[in-house]
Order: sequence, then structure tokens, then C-alpha cells
Amino acid sequence: MSIRRTITNLLRDVILLVTFILVFLVPFIFILLNAAKTRQEAALLEFRWPSEFLLWANLREVITYGENRMLLALWNSTLLTVGSVTLIVVLSALVAFVMQRRSDRLASVVGSFMLAGLIIPPAVVPTVFFLQWLNLYKTLTGMIMVDVALNMPFAILIFRAFMNSIPRELDEAAILDGASPLRIFFSVILPLLRPAIVTVVVTSSVNIFNDFVGPLYFLPGEKNVTAPLTLFSFISQFSSQYNLLFADVVVMTIIPLIIFIFFQRQLVSGMMGGAIKG
Amino acid sequence: MATSARPRVIMKAYPNWFYLPAAIVFGLFFLIPTVMAFYYSLTRWTLFDATFIGFQNYITFLNDPSLKSGLINTIIYAVMTSGLKVIISLPLAMLLTSNIRFKDFYRSITFFPVLVSTVAVGITFSMLMQPSTGLINNVLGAIGLPQPDWLGNPDLALYSVALVDVWKGLGIATVIFMAGILSIPQEYFEAARLEGGTWVKFRYIIIPLARNATFTVILLSFIGGLRTFDLIWTMTRGGPGFASDVLTSVIYKQYQAGFYGLSTAGNVVLFILVTIIVYPLMSYFNRKELEL
Repeated sequence: MSIRRTITNLLRDVILLVTFILVFLVPFIFILLNAAKTRQEAALLEFRWPSEFLLWANLREVITYGENRMLLALWNSTLLTVGSVTLIVVLSALVAFVMQRRSDRLASVVGSFMLAGLIIPPAVVPTVFFLQWLNLYKTLTGMIMVDVALNMPFAILIFRAFMNSIPRELDEAAILDGASPLRIFFSVILPLLRPAIVTVVVTSSVNIFNDFVGPLYFLPGEKNVTAPLTLFSFISQFSSQYNLLFADVVVMTIIPLIIFIFFQRQLVSGMMGGAIKG
Repeated sequence: MATSARPRVIMKAYPNWFYLPAAIVFGLFFLIPTVMAFYYSLTRWTLFDATFIGFQNYITFLNDPSLKSGLINTIIYAVMTSGLKVIISLPLAMLLTSNIRFKDFYRSITFFPVLVSTVAVGITFSMLMQPSTGLINNVLGAIGLPQPDWLGNPDLALYSVALVDVWKGLGIATVIFMAGILSIPQEYFEAARLEGGTWVKFRYIIIPLARNATFTVILLSFIGGLRTFDLIWTMTRGGPGFASDVLTSVIYKQYQAGFYGLSTAGNVVLFILVTIIVYPLMSYFNRKELEL
């Protein structure tokens, strides 16, 4: 019996491993292989080991392409991401804190605005128009503000649910010690929200760093180029450079990958603690 | 509520002005444009001046067959992506929280696609899906299966893009389900282990007790599906013809062409569509919500 069981288990493990690799890893291997080829060889788009392994050379070429356009794009995307994610975390946590602790009429009004923000698609042309009026159109500041407004509702949702698991006794003890509201928030609540903060940081930074639609509408212009837009420099109807295209994909995936590896373990726990509610 | 019984001193620690910074940003960059959209959708608009034309934009919208098919495609896309994400990621999350070998490896690679930009995923898959040279069709051909033209066939293009969307979004859905499963108290699983195997665990513990996670996944992926743009735009640009146009790609095309009023009317149509589908769903889910 036990031998049979070992064999079935082994078989199951092999089938699972092959399926997971085929479905999730093969597209990435395809990207890496083609990022390492010459221009002619990459044009065939085959799933084959490159005859000459040029990954480093191609990565270097992508980074310096068009007067360091990629570096400018990575810089812009990083500023955009760091700026908006910092604001998203602090502003949403402030809202979630008061909302969950007070849970009064005003809190439920705030709650319905949060749901509205979660559901309603952003009105693009009026936003462009309004940003122009504020002199924030085509500026990183304007883009950051729009990203904050659009990403806050989901962050508030995660934070509010997580607040349930932070006992009120902790803030009450701090109040009796004479701590001010801001002090309670920054030195008691914010550290305890850590797992939820990880979830919010990972999801919103990956979203904003890779965002294509936002910059397409609100941040046009060559000096404002962001990472996803650089991909289009390597595909055109007449001359495509697929090796550089895929090398570009590799370069722009590095930052989200680092964020993920850094926070991976805590990603799931931030969504727990009753956090899984609509 | 227990809160009303609490002394005022304590409530002072939760000042309402904490809402203010968020309210200003949300008000300026989300609420005002949203309200403006209702007015400007009733105008012929050049950004410099707007002429009031009543419901003309909406009439144009609903009479143009390509715009109307965009509306239908949006619904198909949202239903298909959110449905498949639930059907695939729930068993996947169960697998990834059970005792199997290489669990950490599987967890990581399931989440990989989430990290990559949608544009990059779209470009990569449009190459993998090429009819004669693409990897997918080469594999299908090698094992003797038909090799469809995934993105070139008007009857298929929308569904092909939706499949890629599912592949990309599975990681998030699975993480939400994993969190849901892991927050079920262990006693339930022990009881299930005595009663029977995996099926009992799935049918009588996980399905009912991870219900909140299911609601979250359905809602988030449905909203995401109705608003989808990047993937459609990079893979098909709404084509062939208008076969895979969705509301957001129609909105963008009208914007590019300078029909700002019409584009904004498309936005309002999307807003109404999302609200009439998601709002009832949300309140239904809230009533059925579970406290563990």
C-alpha cells in the first residue's frame, strides 16, 4: 500500500510541477531567451536557446537607447511610485483609523465615498481638463495626485478591515498617557498596521509603476516618459527590435520583482485578520 | 454601537480632521471630474468651449453599431474574466495552502505575472499567439490539435485577450483566497478530516467559510474587467475591425479623434453600467457577509 501511495504522490508532484512551469514560467523563459538574442534571431520569435548569448549587451543597449531614455523613464516611474504610495499609505491609514474607531454617521458617509471610488471609473477627459485648469496637466505632481485619488479607496478598505484586529485598549492606554491624536496614530497604530501596509505597498506600487493608462492620458510628453511607454520604442510597423523589446521587459520588471521578493512572506497576512470583506 | 457609550476624552483621540487630507485629494482629482463628466457629456466639447447639445452624444453612442458592440463586449469580458478567476483561483489557493512539495515555488510563480506590466504581458502574448510562428500554436500543432488564429479571428480575439487577463490576474485572486482559507479556524479542518477527504473540506468548509474572499474576488475582478483597457489596447487595439472593442477603448479612440464630448458620454455610459451591475451585487454580498 505505502509503495503505491508513494508512487501516486510522486506522479502528482511531477504533474503539478510540469503544469505550473508550463503555464507560469514558460512565457518568462521566452522573454529571457529572446532578450539574449541578436536582432535577426529574435525576429523569428522562436523558443530556442540563442546561438550567441547577448543578454548583458542587450540590457546595456536598452538602458542607453535614445540618449538614456530608459533611465529617465525609470527615474520618472520611481518618483511617481514612491510619491504616490507614501501619500496613499498615510492618507488612507488616517481615514481608516478614524473611520473604524468612531464608526458613527460620518464614518458611514466616508465609507460610501470609498465604495464610490472603488466602483466608479475615472472620468478621463474632465480630469485632463481640470488638471489643465490647475496647471498640473503633464506634471508628475498632477499624475501623483490622480494616482493617490484612484488608489486610496482600495487601501482604505484593507486598512479598515485590519483595524478591527488592533485592540482599542492600546489607543486608550496611550490616551491616558496624554498622547496627542497624531502621536497615537504614528507611534501606536501605524506600526501595528504593518502587515496591511505591506499589502497596500506591494499592490499599489506594482500598479502605479506599471500603469499605462494614467500616463497615456495625464502625463504625455517626451520628458515625462514612464517605464511601460518605453516598450513602444522597439516595435513599429517597419522595423522592430524584439531582442531589445524583451530586454526592456526584463529591465522594467526588476524593480517590482525586488519589491515582491522583499515583502513576499507578509503579503498574505496583510489581507487576513477579517480583512477579506467586500 | 459600543462607541457612543465611550467617554468624550477617548473620542477626541479620533479627530474628524484626519479625513481632511484624503478628502481634499479625492474631492479635487476624482469627485469634481466625475461630476463635470455629467455636464460635458451633454455638449460638443473642444476643451476651449462647449456647446450644449442635450442627449445627442448618447444617441450617437447607442445608434452606432461599433459603439454598441463595445458595450456588449465589455460585459462579456467582465463576466468571463471574473468567472474564470474564481473558478481557477479557489482550487489553486486550496492547493497552495495544503501540504504539497514545492509550495513556496508555486506561490511565487503564480504571483509573477502580477508583477509584470500589462503592456509587456500583452506584447509578449501577442507574439506567443501568432497563428503560424507563435509558440502556442507550434505546441498545439505538434500534438495534433487545431491551430486557431487567436487574435486575428474576429470571433475569437476578445476571448483570447480575456484568457491572458485571467493568466495575469490569477495571482491577486489566489492571494485573496489564500488569506481567506488561512483565516478559517483550524478546528473546522480537523472536523472535516474525520468526516472525509478533500471534497468534504472543499464543499463544506472552504466554500461556505471563505465566502467573503469569494465576494471580494468576484467584485474586484468584475470591476477590473469592466474597466479593462491596457491589455485590449496592446493586443488588438479593439480589432480586427471592432470585434474586440470595449467601452474604454472606444472612449480612448474618441478622445484621440478629439470628440471630447462623445468620449465623456462613453465614460458616463461605463459609469452607469458599472453601477447598475456592481452596486446590487455589493449590497447582496454585504447582506450575506460572514463573521468568523
